[in-house]
Amino acid sequence: MRKITYGQALSEAMHEEMVRDESVFVIGEDMGVMGSVFGLTRGFMEEFGANRVIDTPISESGFTGMSVGAAIRGLRPVVEIMYIDFTPVCMDPIVNQAAKMRYMTGGQVKVPMVIRAPQGAGRRNAGQHSQSLEALFTHIPGLKVVTPATPYDAKGLLKAAIRDDDPVIFIEHKLLYAVKGEVPEEEYIIPLGKAEVKRTGKDVTILAYSRQVTFALQAAKELAELGIDAEVIDLRTLVPLDWETIAASVKKTHRVVIAQEAVERGGFAGELIAQIQGELFDELDAPVKRVAGLNVVPPFSPALEDFIYPNAKDIVAGVKEILGKK
Amino acid sequence: MVAKKHGKELSLKFYREMFKVRSFDLKAAELFTQALMAGNIHTCVGQEATAVGACQALKSTDFITATHRGHGQCIAKGGETKLMMAELFGKTTGYCKGKGGSMHIANVGLGILGANGIVGAGIPIAAGSGLASKIMGKDEVTLAFFGDAASNQGTFHEAINMASAWKLPVIFMCENNKYGVSVCIDRVCNTQDIADRAQGYHIPGVVVDGNDVFAVYEAVKVAAERARKGEGPTLIECKTYRHRGHYEGDPMAYRTKEEMQEWKERDGVIRLRNEITASGVATAEELDAIEAEITAEIEAAVEFAKESPYPDVSEVTTDVYAMDNERGIAR
Repeated sequence: MRKITYGQALSEAMHEEMVRDESVFVIGEDMGVMGSVFGLTRGFMEEFGANRVIDTPISESGFTGMSVGAAIRGLRPVVEIMYIDFTPVCMDPIVNQAAKMRYMTGGQVKVPMVIRAPQGAGRRNAGQHSQSLEALFTHIPGLKVVTPATPYDAKGLLKAAIRDDDPVIFIEHKLLYAVKGEVPEEEYIIPLGKAEVKRTGKDVTILAYSRQVTFALQAAKELAELGIDAEVIDLRTLVPLDWETIAASVKKTHRVVIAQEAVERGGFAGELIAQIQGELFDELDAPVKRVAGLNVVPPFSPALEDFIYPNAKDIVAGVKEILGKK
Repeated sequence: MVAKKHGKELSLKFYREMFKVRSFDLKAAELFTQALMAGNIHTCVGQEATAVGACQALKSTDFITATHRGHGQCIAKGGETKLMMAELFGKTTGYCKGKGGSMHIANVGLGILGANGIVGAGIPIAAGSGLASKIMGKDEVTLAFFGDAASNQGTFHEAINMASAWKLPVIFMCENNKYGVSVCIDRVCNTQDIADRAQGYHIPGVVVDGNDVFAVYEAVKVAAERARKGEGPTLIECKTYRHRGHYEGDPMAYRTKEEMQEWKERDGVIRLRNEITASGVATAEELDAIEAEITAEIEAAVEFAKESPYPDVSEVTTDVYAMDNERGIAR
């Protein structure tokens, strides 16, 4: 099968959906003439015109709010927020408008919009361009939250998100844009809310999403050499959550480690722990362990940045800890 | 006289709508004071001419975004008083099944894209509706209602800038009632007229007597025509005043009795009544008959709301998501 990058996969998803459905349009900073800062919409403006590939001013609050208006009117905006760190600039249209419009109107309106935003540390982008903010959005009823880890998932999930009738926060990882993976030529969709068991195992379940899936798989390999058989689950979508897949795995392994790049405090891993201990307490042979980012601001210096988020080594250590192995 | 120029039909239509808005809000205030309604009520008594003049100048296929003080705006755009009253009561027969209440009346079929509890948030939504019309090649116009206070939000400047840059079919309709809750606009804004801000975005900025329904109507007609021709947005500032508090029960210590009295003398509803009778467009008896009809309609709306059932508790978890709602709320 052909291999393309995560970035190309996202680009193909948007392109195919724009060809398929003329109500889909992309909007954001540098989306048109430049083709987006990560090159995802290169050539789109020439092909679809300036009406459907919109270069905005630096007005995140304004154009995100406008996209809510366009979505209520029946279009399907795909909004790019250049870095997820900029979403706090436009929290009102996301949290108070897009997320609540359907409920507050008694189900009259749909808000079929996607907000794509790259996140994650590792590019020496410092404090305002390196955060992982998924928990801000999983906390808000009315939003769906998607966190693809591979080119295959990035494409299939983005197509599903664009076709979804609800506002979807589609969180990409900057360090994954250049990563290549198998993506078939033929069309496919990955439904939202379906996790994937990336590796089966019997000793411990590692739950991960976004770039941490890569580290979790590396960790599983290292653990195998130590005779520990880890099951790795890529959650893929945080809301809605594929509880069935998680529960089935926990009932099999009885031990859980959760890998999350975001700062530990108030993160999604804490939510998973609450659900697992609340509903599967009798299945657990050890406390659920989270391996997460430090509760700090992302630093610039390469000498510091790599220490703020977990990697394969940290996950291995977390697994050994709950298995009582040194 | 102006009423004569616009003819009997339109003049009486204005009067009917303005009297309806006033009656609705006075009744809502009364019911709220009697503790028959919960939450917050923001009445627009005193501002009827702005809402009615603006919406009458639009087509039924045009759109508005309304504000937290939006009962009048929604009625003027065709909202039925009984469905609105039921919503204020939190009943299942209301426009939003009781899930939105006073601040979130919406009916897309009527072109009401939603009232909003966040000051200034409706402005980009209206601009986005204008963008949608442009993308779809439709000649609808979207009008954003907002107050003087909202013109100090970033959303106002961002939306008006983009609407101007892209010549979107949008009307920015500022109801300047002088106060953002308790703060007089003069104290927080060094601009005499909010309409002056249009110059910064190279669009027409018009100041209108917001208590003169004919003046509002004419200004919006011109703006709508400009928008439909693809020439872009207009900022209209209607100088008006709310007779009652920001909320029901507001002691209003932030403004003087003299100021309130002065504005009551410029009341838009009484002014229209006098204008219609003085110009001979219609008689006082004809206006009385309209008033009686409206009073009966509002009474019927209250009865309908009172008799309507509350939503079943099972409704609390519906409508969060359009797709996969159950799993979306489950965990």
